Amino acid sequence: MRLTADEQAMLDGAEGPARQRAMDLLVRYGEALGAERLVDTNNVCATVGATMPFLRDYCAAHSGGLDAVFSEFSLDSPDVVEIPKVKVYSCHLQQGLDPAHADRQGIGPEVVKVYRAGEAFSGRIGVQLMNTCTPYQIGNIPAKGEHCAWMESSAVVYCNSVLGARTNAEGRESAGAAMLTGKIPYWGYHLDENRLGTHLVDLQIDVKDTVDWGLLGYWIGEAVQEQVPVLRGVTHVPNLARLKHFGAAASSSGGVEMYHIVGVTPEAATLEEAFGGKRPKAVLKYGAAERRLALERLNSTASDRNVDYVMLGCPHYSIDQIWEACQLLEGQRVHENCNLWIFTPSAIKRIADQNGYTKLITDAGGFLMTDTCSAVGRVLPKGTKVAAVDSAKQAHYLPAIMGIQTWFGTTAECIQAAITGRWSGG
Amino acid sequence: MRNIVLRGRKVVGGASEGEALVTRDRISGWGGIDPRTGTIIETRHELRGKSFKGKVLVFPGAKGSSGWSSQFHIARLAGAAPAAMLFNEMTTKIALGAVVTHAPAMTDFDRDPLEAIETGDWVRVDADRGIVEVTKKEEE
Repeated sequence: MRLTADEQAMLDGAEGPARQRAMDLLVRYGEALGAERLVDTNNVCATVGATMPFLRDYCAAHSGGLDAVFSEFSLDSPDVVEIPKVKVYSCHLQQGLDPAHADRQGIGPEVVKVYRAGEAFSGRIGVQLMNTCTPYQIGNIPAKGEHCAWMESSAVVYCNSVLGARTNAEGRESAGAAMLTGKIPYWGYHLDENRLGTHLVDLQIDVKDTVDWGLLGYWIGEAVQEQVPVLRGVTHVPNLARLKHFGAAASSSGGVEMYHIVGVTPEAATLEEAFGGKRPKAVLKYGAAERRLALERLNSTASDRNVDYVMLGCPHYSIDQIWEACQLLEGQRVHENCNLWIFTPSAIKRIADQNGYTKLITDAGGFLMTDTCSAVGRVLPKGTKVAAVDSAKQAHYLPAIMGIQTWFGTTAECIQAAITGRWSGG
Repeated sequence: MRNIVLRGRKVVGGASEGEALVTRDRISGWGGIDPRTGTIIETRHELRGKSFKGKVLVFPGAKGSSGWSSQFHIARLAGAAPAAMLFNEMTTKIALGAVVTHAPAMTDFDRDPLEAIETGDWVRVDADRGIVEVTKKEEE
């Protein structure tokens, strides 16, 4: 890999041991990719805390504290180095718990201490504590063409496809190194030619509400894996929530990091622009049978209709989704055998507090939580056996990670299940 | 003994050997494996319940969460990493995941390792020389 003078100086240790380790990791990673060089970035999204399962234990067992955690898990460093301030704009993604609901989430006080220590560490090195999988919902909205280094597959696909900014799906180590150096390999979706569509998907049914977009994403991810689908035939322009659910689903069942919707997304004004004038590798059709198949796959783990947990907010809910849930919940009561947890960024919860939504949810017997989700934090109400969700992504991961049955359906079906304790959806 | 030799490109250097574990399904890291045991946990994966610990893992590539690398990173620290990784599709997830796993890794082969290698074959990987030697299991 060719390095510029400033990159070589960092690699030689001119800016201290932490940035030396960071540059060493970026060079090993870039060479593994076959990248020719690095590119400057001023927008990094990553996780640096130690509140996730396993890291909690590592942190507790290691005397080096958060410097040791960052050295190992964010730099792949062979030794513990002191972590200096980040060089570029860096945002924290989701954490492993909501400190305001730690007890309810089955999290002990020692892990809350790790959370607080991580908070202090992030503040000291200059990582913005957005604590969400959806930084684009609370102000980190990169410009079209901006080079980013983001983790979180659902945010990566949104960043590339909806915003037209440029990022690969970075991991904890590469994003950590990018924070300290302002560099990331110039490879993949940073280059024009890799952003072009590969597969044309003709929609033969109306794709309207959020559940439709989740199902479409889940089917497409499995069909195209890590390639770039182009959607034609969209009859209803999707909003943020629908695009968020679509991308999250496509990056769970497959590895979609970029898609185009002709006439909607910024690099696909026309079909020709989306494919760069080339022919699609394949043309796929999405109709009623494909939608049904996606729904069957998502519900393949569920058989017991007695639901004891309803989880909303994967990816983290926007304020309009909280509003929708509140309209469905108003004047109702969560069933005594069921729990309702809704997850959102703390910045959005502040608006929900002001609007009275937090109180409405609490009065109904549910909880509005922040910072984490059930799959990332492995946090469930005690004794949960059967969950219901409106997120294809969560329905994909929750049974595998937590070993519980999971139903997938509309937000209204989920709220109904919370009220009755029974799944009445498809 | 019938041996097959594949040539490819080094992703992570080093040499190691082990029994092959082959899948045509892409692998999810976060939410797809239990890093403490190296077991595949994804609900509809053909290797569900099987562990890659100490095996030469042969697979098409990575999918899913950007937590891919951190899960394989944890697997290394937990002593549950594969002995080597051989794959076809280069992505950032797998490149970084291979780098932090510290096990020899290769891609860009002169013939498809998914065709040439079967679960149970004995595989020697010399990533620095770009060579994979396969001893078929029926002749063991």
